[in-house]
Amino acid sequence: MRLRYLIPVLGFVVLFIGLAVGLTLKPREIPSALIGRPVPVFDLAPVKGRSIGLSTADLKLGTPVLVNVFASWCVPCRQEHPLFMELARTTDFKIYGLNQRDEPDDAARWLDAFGDPYGRTGADISGRTSIDWGVYGVPETFVVDGNGCIQYKHISVLTREILEAEILPRLRGEKHVPCEG
Amino acid sequence: MIPELGHFAVILALTVALAQGILPLIGAQRGIASLTAIARPAAVMQFLLIALAFIALTAAFLSSDFSVLNVWQNSHTDKPLLYKVSGVWGNHEGSLLLWVLILALFGAAVATLGNNLPTVLRTRVIAIQGLIGVGFLLLLVFLSNPFERVFPVPAQGNGLNPLLQDPGLAFHPPFLYIGYVGFSIAFSFAVAALIEGKVDAAWARWVRPWTLASWTALTIGIAMGSWWAYYELGWGGWWFWDPVENASFMPWLLGTALLHSAIVVEKRDSLKAWTVLLAILTFSFSLLGTFIVRSGVLTSVHAFATDPERGVFILAFLVVAIGGSLALYAWRAPALKGGGIFAPVSREGALVLNNLLLVAATSTVFIGTMYPLFLDAISGEKVTVGPPFFTATFVPLMVPLLAVMAIGPMMPWKRADLAGTLSRLKIAAALTVAVALVTLYLSGVDQILAVLGMALGAWLIFGAATDIAERTKLFRISIGESFRRARNLPRSAWGGAIAHAGLGVAILGMTGTLSWETEQLQIMRPGDRVEIAGYELEFDGVEPVTGPNYDAVRGTFRIYRNGNLIDVMRPETRRFSDPPMVTTEAAIRPHNFGDLYAVVGESNGDGGYATRIYHKPMINWLWIGTLVMAAGGLVSLTDRRLRVGAPARRAATASPDLRAQQRAT
Repeated sequence: MRLRYLIPVLGFVVLFIGLAVGLTLKPREIPSALIGRPVPVFDLAPVKGRSIGLSTADLKLGTPVLVNVFASWCVPCRQEHPLFMELARTTDFKIYGLNQRDEPDDAARWLDAFGDPYGRTGADISGRTSIDWGVYGVPETFVVDGNGCIQYKHISVLTREILEAEILPRLRGEKHVPCEG
Repeated sequence: MIPELGHFAVILALTVALAQGILPLIGAQRGIASLTAIARPAAVMQFLLIALAFIALTAAFLSSDFSVLNVWQNSHTDKPLLYKVSGVWGNHEGSLLLWVLILALFGAAVATLGNNLPTVLRTRVIAIQGLIGVGFLLLLVFLSNPFERVFPVPAQGNGLNPLLQDPGLAFHPPFLYIGYVGFSIAFSFAVAALIEGKVDAAWARWVRPWTLASWTALTIGIAMGSWWAYYELGWGGWWFWDPVENASFMPWLLGTALLHSAIVVEKRDSLKAWTVLLAILTFSFSLLGTFIVRSGVLTSVHAFATDPERGVFILAFLVVAIGGSLALYAWRAPALKGGGIFAPVSREGALVLNNLLLVAATSTVFIGTMYPLFLDAISGEKVTVGPPFFTATFVPLMVPLLAVMAIGPMMPWKRADLAGTLSRLKIAAALTVAVALVTLYLSGVDQILAVLGMALGAWLIFGAATDIAERTKLFRISIGESFRRARNLPRSAWGGAIAHAGLGVAILGMTGTLSWETEQLQIMRPGDRVEIAGYELEFDGVEPVTGPNYDAVRGTFRIYRNGNLIDVMRPETRRFSDPPMVTTEAAIRPHNFGDLYAVVGESNGDGGYATRIYHKPMINWLWIGTLVMAAGGLVSLTDRRLRVGAPARRAATASPDLRAQQRAT
């Protein structure tokens, strides 16, 4: 038996191990690992053309905030964007945008075209900060309490139902989870 | 009563599949004719039983029998008839039933049409097809029973996900599954060949029509899914590199490679072990796609409800099917003796290059799809892989592939003269340069990718035309004589040229829409006008409309060109209540080589509406191109050498035992 004919089956063994471990991970349960944890330490410059950046200190100013991870290349982000626009127009809640791995010009053009609901934006060009936040797929939306403690995380497109049932109560300070340190 | 019949039929089908999978294999190995004889009637019986179950489930959906859990969860009395039918496969359990139905259909097709196959080979192919069926029927019977009852019986159903209530998507899964599952035949042939230790030209000729049919169906299925995303999701995109899309795209890429390498086995008796490996891998990726979509290891925007328990089962099945066949490959493939040798510059060489690039492209899509999972498994780090990755890795692999695609078919077997081949393409090359220059002139140097894309698309089309012109000696002999030659060309030559030209048309469409799309996003009040790509659109306001199972807001746009009213567009935003969801129905009008695409969105509270208007140049070329590719597959399927002696002709004379079998059911 010649060794090169073994390569496909060995490749499959590696794949199998990855899939088997993957099955135990359950990406839908990721939020539980982060909830009740402090936000990671970061300090980002704003998206091109905006003046106010985003850092850890900005999330500890006493009022709960919404942090939305978005990118111009992320198609589902367009779907949820009107909801943030509406929220910015009709409420006083603070919405911050974390722009993941984007070209500065694309991100600026995207916000110009679809509207900018964000009080602060952080341009995470390398994607490093998003990884610290445990971002699995863009878009994701976090609720952070006034002390920089993560309260809630939603993966993929934000719907009106989730907004009303999960996000708004937490922005009002309900369902509060104490921070673990 | 009817659902129980369906349930019972599925259980019986499982036992028949077990018999079909095990006994004939033993019979073929030991030469026991009574056991090998089981294969054909069992395959037909399995298909009839699953068809019965499928009819039972369809009947439950049509009569809105909410005592069946699946119907209650996915249907509603107000739902239009078409979506009651498509609701059958618009959920996990039902789509799995459709999957096994198609699997059994292909098995039964080999059993009834495969009279010209050597008995032992046919028996083994049918048995392996039966074993695949066993795996999926186990999943269906024990973990995904579509006939589960609920008590007390609910008065009304939950309705189908409104996004899926769409004519385009209603027929998307059947085509996709015919493609996916059809590759199982190539897989069964490959495993049977490994057991026998023999792959020859005849083997390749039997595998080819099944692969072609599957490839054609998969092409149509993927195009339908992309078309649906384009008009239903409301942002005008047509490909998102979503894990579920990638899951269907990877078997397509490998299936394309398999189609081409099988030609080399048939004509030149070479690349045998490689072709067998491709046949195994192509179906393996179809199975892997199922795992990705159903197990929840990767989150995707449009996956069905996922279940880890099913994930464990499917993974175990992957180990047996993929791991088992690859182990068999490692053991037996070294015995497959290669035949014809060839120079690097030759038709074979071009096809090897085609295979290498397609496999490399599949690998990049695979890595991009699986990387988040693997990094998470190894280090606990979580990342996303977005379209930027795929654009940066996939596209550069496609450029050389497309460049060589026009040259390969012109090369002779064994050894080619590169300069001579290229000189026969000089008219095509000149026309391509002309297209590139016109593009450059019209769009400027900063659109260099547009120039490249248009040139590649044109190169494929002109190259395919040159191929046919060369074969018919057009303009070198009289037109009548060329016409006669054209009629006598093998259909596979026509099919190949048509499919290559179709890809060229699709590339032109992709390039056009990516490069010159324009969009206008704004709040509009009645009477407001917006200009896009030389058209003026006047917003006429909105009106409420009531559909069969939704309420909608319908906007009206009047389209003016040079001051003249030429058309009216009416996009809708539909609000469904069961289940609660809002969908956008974009209004799309083809005009002058492109689409005008309008969406009406949220009201701003004082008479204005958010509107999105796009002009998508050449986007229709994308769909037309994919249809032309599928047409090429169909033309090739009618080739004489696949027809003669093979399938269809002898179908009428089923063997006596088979007829007895059919009468009995």
